[in-house]
Order: sequence, then C-alpha cells, then structure tokens
Amino acid sequence: MAEIWENFLYWKRKFTTDESAMARSYTPKVVTANALVEGDVIYLTADDRWSRRHEEAELIEDEAHAQLRLLHAQSQKGLIVGAYLADAKAGPDGPEPTHFREAFRTRGPSNYAHGKQETGNV
Amino acid sequence: MYRYSDFDAAFVAQRNAQFRSQVERRIDGSLTEDEFRPLRLMNGLYLQLHAYMLRVAVPYGTLSAAQMRQLAHIADRWDKGYGHFTTRQNIQFNWPKLTDVPDILDALAEVQMHAIQTSGNTIRNVTADHFAGAAADEIEDPRPTAELIRQWSTDHPEFQFLPRKFKIGITGSPNDRAVIKSHDIGLRIVRGGSGKIGYEVVVGGGLGRTPMIGQVIRPFLKKEDLLPYLEAIVSVYNLMGRRDNKYKARIKITVFENGMEAFRDAVEERFKVTRTEFSGIDQAVLRDIEAQFAAPAFRTAPTTAYETARDTDPVFRSWTDTNLADHRAPGHAIVTVSLKAHGATPGDATSAQMRLLADLADRYGHGELRISHEQNVILPHVHKSDLPALHAALKGEGLATANVGLISDIIACPGMDYCALATARSIPVAQEIATHFKAIGLEEEIGALKIKISGCINACGHHHVGHIGILGLDRAGVENYQITLGGDATENARIGERAGPGFAYDQVVPAIERLLRAYLSLRVDPAESFAVAFQRLGAEPFKAALYPAEAARDAA
Repeated sequence: MAEIWENFLYWKRKFTTDESAMARSYTPKVVTANALVEGDVIYLTADDRWSRRHEEAELIEDEAHAQLRLLHAQSQKGLIVGAYLADAKAGPDGPEPTHFREAFRTRGPSNYAHGKQETGNV
Repeated sequence: MYRYSDFDAAFVAQRNAQFRSQVERRIDGSLTEDEFRPLRLMNGLYLQLHAYMLRVAVPYGTLSAAQMRQLAHIADRWDKGYGHFTTRQNIQFNWPKLTDVPDILDALAEVQMHAIQTSGNTIRNVTADHFAGAAADEIEDPRPTAELIRQWSTDHPEFQFLPRKFKIGITGSPNDRAVIKSHDIGLRIVRGGSGKIGYEVVVGGGLGRTPMIGQVIRPFLKKEDLLPYLEAIVSVYNLMGRRDNKYKARIKITVFENGMEAFRDAVEERFKVTRTEFSGIDQAVLRDIEAQFAAPAFRTAPTTAYETARDTDPVFRSWTDTNLADHRAPGHAIVTVSLKAHGATPGDATSAQMRLLADLADRYGHGELRISHEQNVILPHVHKSDLPALHAALKGEGLATANVGLISDIIACPGMDYCALATARSIPVAQEIATHFKAIGLEEEIGALKIKISGCINACGHHHVGHIGILGLDRAGVENYQITLGGDATENARIGERAGPGFAYDQVVPAIERLLRAYLSLRVDPAESFAVAFQRLGAEPFKAALYPAEAARDAA
C-alpha cells in the first residue's frame, strides 16, 4: 500500500513540476538501435538512413517529432532491433551523447579496441 | 567424461536445425523481434550493448581438450579471437553475427556442446566444484549427479517457463568451492550416519537485488530420491513463485515470503507424488553416467624433478605456492591456470591460449580441463614431475601468472563494456586494482584475498560474497562504486555489509589501497588473512580507513 502511495506521489510531483518545465524545454533526443545482423549500434539520420556514427544522427528537439521518428524506426523490423530515444546534445560535429552509457555505445568496450574503435567509426 | 548418446546428439541437431530456420525467418521478415527474441534466448543468444553475445554451456565446468580446441576455432572463425569464461562456468562469445550463429551452434554440436538453457526462465547450466574428481577432500565426484540433473532438466516440459531463471550448484567436498549456498538449489554430497552417501539439499540462496544465503531444506536425501525431490522443489516453486513482479520471482523470495516451514511442507507433500513417478530408470542412467566419469589411470612416478625445480627456480616455486591444490592421487596436483594476468580482462582467453591449454591438457593432464566460477582454467590431474615443463610451456602464452587467491585474482562481470543490463563498468576497475597493487609491490604481502566486482545489482560478479565486494552503479548519470566488506563464498557463506557511500570511478583504487594498508597495520601477523582480520575486528577500523574525513570528524 505504501508503495502504491509513494508511486502516486512520485508521478503527481513529476506531472505537476515537469509539465510546466516541459513546455519550455525538451531534452533533445536521437533515435538509436542495433543493426539486426551485426548487432552494432546505429542511429537514425534526418534523411532516413541508419548511420553507425552518433554525430550523424538527427538531433530531435521536439517531443511529438521524436515520437514520430521512433515509430518510423520501429517499423523497420527487418533492419534493426530495439529502437529507443536516447538523450543527446548539440556539439561542434553533430549530436553528442549526454550519458556515459550512450557514450560507451558510440565507441565500444574499454578493454579492447573492438567495436566502433576497430572499424574506425569513432 | 560424459559422451553424448544418440538421443542427445539427435536432440541437439534438431534444435540447431530449428534455430537455423528461425534465424532465416527473422532475416526474411516472417518473424518480428518480439517473436524471435524468446527463441534466440532459448539458444543462449543475447543482444548486448555493441553486438550479439552467445553464451555456451560448459556443463559443470568440464571441458575436454578437443572441446577447448573447438572453442578456439569458433573464436577465430566467427568472433574476435577470444572467449570470455563466466562466473557460471560458461563461455561467452561477444561478437557473433546473427547469421553466423547457426553455424557456430553446429560447430559446437560437433564436440557435444550447445547453448540450450543458458538463458530464459529455465533450469540453467548446473555448476559444480571445479576440482571435482580430483580434490583430496572429496567424498564423491559431483559431476555424474550434475550430468543426471542436466539430462532431467534439459527441455523438461514442465520447467520451460518458470517464474524466473533457476540455478543449481553442487559440490562433492565439505570445503565448498562451488558457492552452493548462493544457488536456487545447492547440493552437497554428504556421508550419512550409516556411511551411506546422499545429499544435503539447500534451497533459496541467491545474490542479486536481494541477496540471501540458502537454507537447508533436507539435511540428508537418499541418492535415489534426488530427481523426485528436485522435481518436487521446482514444481512447488513453479506454482508458488511470484509472477507478478520479476524482482520477487526467484525461489529465495518464495521461501522467504512463505517461510521455510511452509515451503518445506509443500515440497514434502509434492514429493510423495513425484517419488512414485520415478520408476528407478534415473538410477540406471546415473550408473551409466558414473561409469563414464571413471578416474584416469594415475601413474606412480618420483616427484624429484618437481622438488628440484622448486628449490632452484623461485618463479616456479612462487607459482606452485599459489596455483596448486591438493590432489587425491599421490604425486599429483591440481593446477589452476590464472586467466588474470595483471591488466588482463578477468576470464578472457585468446584462441592461442585455448589451444595451448588443450595441448597441455593432452600432454600432461589426461585431456581434461575445468572452468572455475572464479574465471580460471584448471588442469585437474597433473603429475608433479610434469609441473616444471607445464609451467615453462604456460609462460609462452602469458598463462603462468602466480596469483591464484591473491588480490589480482578478481572475479568481474563484463559490466558496461558489454552488458546491456550493467549500470557501470567492472573490467577496467579489476584491471586497475590488479596492476596498481603489483606496481606498489603489495600483492604478496596482502596475501589471500577475494575481490569480486559486479557492474550492476544483479551481482553476476558475486560482489556480496567477496571479502571485498565492489558494485558499480549509476548515480545521477555518473559511475559510482559501492564497497561491501566481509562476504564469504565458502561453506561458511556470508553476505558482506555495505561500508558506506559509494566512490567515484577514479577513487576506487585509492579507497581499496587505504583499506588494505589499514589491514596490513592491524593484522596480528602475516598469517592472519584479510577475511580473518575482518571477522576479528569488525567493520569499524576498515570503514575508518575508507572514509578518513568522516572518521576524523567523528573523533573530533
């Protein structure tokens, strides 16, 4: 019961505070997924390609547009797996990740120069 | 070692053919990812952060030289030339392409291996003492029992959709090297009052979000009652286990919420039924299996070459001090080959290392290898006179590190370098601890110590039962590491206690150094290990070392 009540309060707080904040700013997003065959990390570009480079992703600053782009990505079942929206920010060369998990996804593991480090995509 | 029967071979071949067709249908669009995902998971294929990962079962940690060679071949042909041995005695390939996986599974089947039930809410690979069949303190080799359980649990029609995954571990020795008390079911082979061999059955252990030490549900179970009793436990769990909340779905929660007494009563009630359903065929199967695990012909020979090398070669001597364990046959030793060279990724072996280990197993170890949950490779039966040559050969591929049981012999899960569930990295933390303590020359002085690192709360790195446990978390978008102290993974299993607030990534190694310098100054003598000193002194002096500012403030 306590858990339900805490949940309720959390969402109530989130709703009342985020709602007004959201109207002003939406954390920009990129659409990312994994390639169906290789499993490699990929990003949806503004011109509807899947790029292996984060900086080529479309930086989406509008929530409704983000949802549309995500739906568009998810419809490409034969190419990709597990599309989602990841937080990002604008950088000098294009969108940059804001969270360390997404930063690791742009590179590959830290113990070997494998993944994108190997293919020269970083 | 167990050899597949025709039935086993046909079953695996059929499953592989089914999976090949499922992959084809996924690629041509007939299957959606939602449809395909449970099918690939049934065959051990995960999608991780950067690529797919194939988890291959190494049943009860036992490998033949031929199997190890095939793993090397798979690593070279379809992966990046290495494999990662896990804390559940499995091997993971981190970079397979989806379209190559059916071929990999066929290559595994050639050497009687597969990836079935290495994922999903099923009974997973049964793990066992990695010294099984060799240990001096062993009552009975646990592997025939483990193989029997594997045959019973593989494709068991009632247990393919359990509330959650289910792990069984077994040891044949009083000294528990298989962490059985952290398993859903732990089995310990014991000698009953009459001298008859049976099982002590432990249930409800588990690490993860809610760590619990398993409790004894049956102090002595007759050998012939094993499968009916396991069937009773798992079927009671299948009904009583919670399916409404994935975090409360493991059997440890079922036992905890219902109480051991109520759970035991339900199991015993069910056991009355299951016992009548087994006709004794399982015991006939077990006898066949036991015959296949007959010990190799150990030779009688002088060990003078070993003694001489110990006297003349300090490097060899130090390796034998740390990496050997007592064998039950005179003149023999169990060799643990460390996959923890300082700075290397714990549990990783290159294809060249795998081939060398296979060759050395053939030459010196009756063709047998084991994988430990501590992510090392074991040559279980080596005559001591062969040790100098073995040691020299291991050096060739960087496999002669003399650090088993020391600070650099760290268990670490793949963490956020690979795993999609991870909240922080573990591998680089392990690498830095290993290289740092070697560089400052304290490794030998610190002596026996188990550090275990997990990159998320699911605790694949067993951090709760490390003398020092490290848990990587995401705190407000930054990697943060909690330290637990005083855990124990043996027959005296104990969950470590959290020391206090977490540390930033670059503060972990300095914190561990403060902790261990405190230990060095507090221990009675070098024979008192960190674990023993911690039990004697309690957490306070170690917490004070970890958090000097707080300690100073409290003192003021």
